This record gives sequence, structure tokens and C-alpha cells, in this order.
Amino acid sequence: MNTKIITLNKLPVNKTGFIYNIKCSENVKRRLLDLGIVKNTCIKAILKSPSGGLKAFEIRGSLIAIRDEDSSLIQIYTK
Amino acid sequence: MGLTKSSMGNVLLNDDIKYYKNENGFTVALAGNPNVGKSTIFNSLTGLHQHTGNWPGKTVSNATGHCNYKDKDFLLVDIPGTYSILSDSQEEEIARDYICFGNPDATIVVVDATCLERNLNLVFQIMEITDNIIVCVNLLDEAKKKHIKINLKLLSDLLGVPVVGTIARKKKSLNNLLDTIYKVCNKDIIPSPKKIHYLPIIENKIELLNSKLKEFFDLSPVLYRWISLKLLDNEQSIIKSIENNLNINISNNVSINDLRIEIEKDLSNIGITKSNFKDTITSSIMQKAEKICNKVCTFENANYSSRDRKIDKILTSKTFGIPIMILFLGIIFWITIVGANYPSQMLFSFFGFIQEQLISFANYINCPVWLSDMLILGVFRTLTWIISVMLPPMAIFFPLFTFLEDLGYLPRIAFNMDGFFKKCCCSGKQMITMCMGFGCNAAGVTGCRIISFPRERLMAILTNSFVPCNGRFPFLITIATIFIASSIQGFAGSIVSTIAVMFVILLGIFMTLVISKILSKTILKGLPSSFVLELPPYRKPQFGKILVRSIFDRTLFVLGRAICVAAPAGLVIWIFANVGINGESLLNIIANFLNPFANLMGLDGYILTAFIFGIPANEIVLPIILMCYLGNGSLVNLDDTFAIGNILIQNGWTILTAINVMIFTCLHFPCTTTLLTIKKETGKWKWTILSFVIPTICGIILCMFTTLVYNIFVTI
Repeated sequence: MNTKIITLNKLPVNKTGFIYNIKCSENVKRRLLDLGIVKNTCIKAILKSPSGGLKAFEIRGSLIAIRDEDSSLIQIYTK
Repeated sequence: MGLTKSSMGNVLLNDDIKYYKNENGFTVALAGNPNVGKSTIFNSLTGLHQHTGNWPGKTVSNATGHCNYKDKDFLLVDIPGTYSILSDSQEEEIARDYICFGNPDATIVVVDATCLERNLNLVFQIMEITDNIIVCVNLLDEAKKKHIKINLKLLSDLLGVPVVGTIARKKKSLNNLLDTIYKVCNKDIIPSPKKIHYLPIIENKIELLNSKLKEFFDLSPVLYRWISLKLLDNEQSIIKSIENNLNINISNNVSINDLRIEIEKDLSNIGITKSNFKDTITSSIMQKAEKICNKVCTFENANYSSRDRKIDKILTSKTFGIPIMILFLGIIFWITIVGANYPSQMLFSFFGFIQEQLISFANYINCPVWLSDMLILGVFRTLTWIISVMLPPMAIFFPLFTFLEDLGYLPRIAFNMDGFFKKCCCSGKQMITMCMGFGCNAAGVTGCRIISFPRERLMAILTNSFVPCNGRFPFLITIATIFIASSIQGFAGSIVSTIAVMFVILLGIFMTLVISKILSKTILKGLPSSFVLELPPYRKPQFGKILVRSIFDRTLFVLGRAICVAAPAGLVIWIFANVGINGESLLNIIANFLNPFANLMGLDGYILTAFIFGIPANEIVLPIILMCYLGNGSLVNLDDTFAIGNILIQNGWTILTAINVMIFTCLHFPCTTTLLTIKKETGKWKWTILSFVIPTICGIILCMFTTLVYNIFVTI
């Protein structure tokens, strides 16, 4: 299988990936953990903000908006 | 965080809640993620209609309520919604401390049936601090719509605690919950939670710390494991709160500390460090949650959220997202303007009639003229003007706006606008607090708590009064109707008024962004920080409830406050207008004093005086202006807004005056309630004063600018 590691902000809309590593600051990371974002969690890019700079992702059945600054520190792998 | 009915719940202001204990019955805590219908359950069980939704409760007592079942009395405590209790944010601390140290007889964890997996995270975390858990799977109706089936019996077996399914909007479905609460409190059912087993090495270390703790402290059995876990995590703030609440001293215990440091070394040798300990813990929880969900949930339709996604694609699309947002706001204002016109007229004539009757009655009983004038022309007239001008727009605007809130649209606005706010180094959530500001700036300021970073929260607080609250927009509507749309009749006229009002509001939003940017470069230096926001699923609003809630909880509440201020203010203004030195009334003296400055702003002294007198409540600005113009006892019956318009025009109002009054209405000092709220929320007079000065200066400068431009045009 062809696995590729990219940062979450590069995940195109409607594509799916899996969390590999969260390199965000302690504070942000904690918040992501609270939402159930841990290693191997499936994540799908859904929406792009019209004003730019953030995307909404589907994670465990809910829709979570994350700014590019943060999502660029989250590594994911795609299959 | 979603901003539908129960999202914000009641923010408990202090930790006095610990002492909430039901002496004559049982105490039950209600915990859960934000936006799972927690407060709806709370309200249905207790029969309370608190300002749940988007207006965080102001007092602790708002968050508790009683309900009776069989022979027992239950005290329900509504805890702020949190995703987790691992962190140290204020709400999580309150939630954790109450469940852990408040010793409720049972803790209900409300979970969202449509999003069970993530919600179980909190359930497992709470299992670490108490055994008496009831899991309430709420929103089963939403789940059904999305074709998600949940095997509650199996879920209960897998969790080891009672599980009840509910549809909080249907009161009947809550009986089962009550019955379970009763049984758990009565010890007829004893939950035995199947806690998470973390990695064997971590479990092993927990055991070691457990036995060490048992040597030194005598605590309730469930707490040892939790304290050990927190020691492993080295969570100073939580350990501190444990020490304070249980009156024990762990951090200075050499023996425990040595063991902790030793364990820390052991763990870091195998790659578990302080920075990834939480990841490990959460991974274990989420793995178990996934497993459980795979067993208990059946998704009959894999694309269960496709409808929401389709709507989202449109509402947040690059081309239409923002225009749709403006359109929605415009439609709301248009309906308000059109709908409020006729009832306003009726109220004006009705009160005018009553006023005449009162005057003839006063004459009949030979009431001294000064007294009847003071009471009827001062107090009564101000009061009734406020009701006529304010009540209809509010009664229309609030339900419409609540509808958008309940739908779940506000977080989408934040999502759409976040890019702009990021450029100004603040949070998109500020947009949500601004929307709440439409209702009441004080509520908007309190709502700024949803912004977790102090710097960004301060920016949102300082700029909140840039959006006109409902005390101000009926005034905006009146002015727009009289001056900007007066020449155009009917439908087109109402559209023009709407556009004028929208323009002022967009100006407010624009100013918010500009001022935020300036603040972030000066006194609140900083870079944009993170923004993580849940966009909740759309929910069908309940029309009946919206009507009742927005009229009783909001409209009458806000109107009541305005009336309380208006009656004494009417009296004071009347006295100022009729008592004077050397035949000149005090009001005239003040107005004349302010006049030169007001002229620079394209206003007159009376208008500025009215704004100053209007500090207690912005609602009374227009009545004061009218009272000033009609001050000296001259009796005019106002039939509608156009009668008001005539008075204003007779007193020299031009289109420039109207525009500047609208600008200044949007950009001036907030009312006292808002200022006091700002003081309470920020704790500092410095920020309170700034929040007074910043919008005022903006308003003055802008008004002077338009006056200058207008005058240049006129001379050319």
C-alpha cells in the first residue's frame, strides 16, 4: 500500500487521512485530544472558509474547524 | 462550541457550587459535552425556563433546580458543558471539582446519540472520579433521522453503568431517566463502571502510586486511582485543587514525590514522556470508545450527514457564503422594519388616547398642574414612547434571531468570517459574541468567555459595543424610516430603510475589525492564536418554544429593564426641562453648552445631551431627544413615527443629522449595564474605561468626518 505523510492543511476537500503526529503547542494539542483527535484517527476535509485560512474537518462524526496555522502542525498519512 | 439552545449552558461563576447539597433529598449533577441538550433536559426536569441558550446564567442559583419524583426531592445541578475534564480551563475545573468534591448522589453524563464515540471520551474520564454515573443518550430523535441505531442495553453492559435513552424535547421520554436517577440515588442500582485499562506499564505504575497514597491518606476508594493518574501526568493545577478540596498535602510528601520521579524516569525510558502522556491516555480511551461504538451503533445509512454537508457547502461557499450571511441579516431586519411599523402606530395612538384620559382625569381631581405634568408628560410619556418604539421591533427581531441560533447557523458565521478576524489577530468566535451583542451587549460581553485566549477575549470585550444592541436598533430603524426612506413609499421604502440599517451594522463590524487590528498592534500585542470550533449539526428549531422563550425570556426582560430606567429618567429629564435659572431650563443650559461641539459632529446640543442622559439605557435616547424638543410643556400627540419625524425636522434635523445620529448610535459609549459587566468580566477599571473611550472617540471622529465631507459638498 502506498502511504504518504503530509500535513493536515494540505489535505484536499473531500479526501480522507489518518492522524500521524500532532506537533501543536501543548494548549492546542490538549484541545484536539479533548475532541478525540489522537493517532490513527480518521479525518476528512469537508469545508473551506470563504475568508480563507481555515478548514472544517469531519472527525468522529462531528465537524471541527481548525485554522491552517494549527493544521499545518498536524501530520497525517493517507492511504 | 455550538451556539444552539443548550450550548453555553449556565456558566457557574464561582466554585461555591461545591456547597450545593440537598439536605432533604438527593443531589444530581448533569454533565456532558457542549450542545448535547443538557440544559433542555435540565429545564424539562425542573420546569425552569432559565435563559439557558446563549445567555450564560448570571448567578449560580440559575444552574440549580428542584424536581420531585415519587417520594423524593432531587436537586439538579447543571454543570457547564465540556469536552473533557483533563484540562485546566475554568469550566472544566468547575465541572471536575463539582463532580469530584461536591459529592452528588449521582452524576448524569448526557451524550449525543449522533456522535457517541467522541462523547464517550468524557464518560470514561468521569468514570475516573466517580462511580455513580448514569449515561443519558440524548437526541435519539436526531439519531433516528440519520438512521443511526444504538443498542442501549449492550452499551449499558459494556460501560457497567445504567444507560437511558431520551429525547429531551419530549418530556415523556424523561420518565425513564427520572426512574433511573431515583434507583441509583436509592442504591437500588449500583453502577460499577468498567474503567479504561491503560497500557499495562501505566496500570502497573498507577498501582504503585495507589499503595503509596494509601499509606499516607485516607480517602474515598475511587480517588486513589485518579490522584495517581494525575500524579503520573504531573498536572500541577489539578493536584493543587485536589489538595485544597480534600485538605491534604501531596506535593510536599517526599516519599510520594520520590516515587513519582522514579516512575517518570521509568516511563520516559520506554518513550512515555510528559509531553505525550495525555496522548497515550486519550488514545486508550478513544480506542475503547471506538470498539464500543462498533458494537452498539448501527449506521443504516453511511452518508447520514449528507444533508448537513450539502447545506454547509452552500452556506460556507466561497462565492455565496458571505453574501448569504448578509442576506439573512438583511431579511431579519427587513421583516422587523415592515412588521413593527403597524403595531408601533397602534401603540402610539393607544397610549396617546390614555394620556388624554389621564390629563382630563388629573384636571377632574384638581391635581396641581406641575404634578400632573411631571407624572404624565414626564414619566408616563417617556415610558409609553419606549414601549411603542421598542416593543414591536424586539418582539419580531428576537424570535427571528433565536431561530437562526437554534438552527446552528452562528458557528457557521464564525467559520465564514474567521479569515478576516485572523488578519486582525483575533478570533472568529468574536463574530458569535458580536451576534449575541445584537441582543444585548452585556450578554455579548459575558459570551466572550467562549474565547479561550485572554488577549483575544479582551479584544472581543472592548469592541462588543460596536454592534448595536436591541436597545439601539429600533432607534436606528426609526431614524432610517423617517429620513432615508421617507420619500419612498411602501415596499421599496422598507428595503431602503433595511439597507440603511444594514449599512450602519456593517460599519460596526468593519470598525470592530479595524479597532481589533489597532489594538493588536498597540496595547494588546500578539499574534493570532489557534481556533478550534465545532460546527454542530443543524437542528430543526422548535417554533413554539422559540416564540415563548424569546418573548418572555428576552423581549420582556430587556423591555422591563428599559422601563425601570425610563420612568426615573423621564422624571429627571422633565425636571431638567422645566426647572431653570433665570427662565432658562437646565436642559437648555447643558444643551447650549454642548452645542458648539455637537455642531462640529453634525449634531445639536440636545442630541448629545440625550446620549449622555441615555447612559443608563440606550433605549431612552430618542424619548429624551423628543422630550427636549417638546420640553416646555407643549402637548403633542404622536400618532406614528412620521409625527416624530416632523418634530425632528422642525428642530433642524437634516439628512446629515440623521446619518450622524445613526453613526453615533452605533459608535458611542456602552450603557452602564454593559460597562459593569465589562468590569466584572475583566476585573479591571482600565479595560472598562477603554471600552468607554474607544467607541466614543471612533464615533466622534467619524461624525466629524461625515460633517466635513457633507459641508464641502454643500459649498461646492
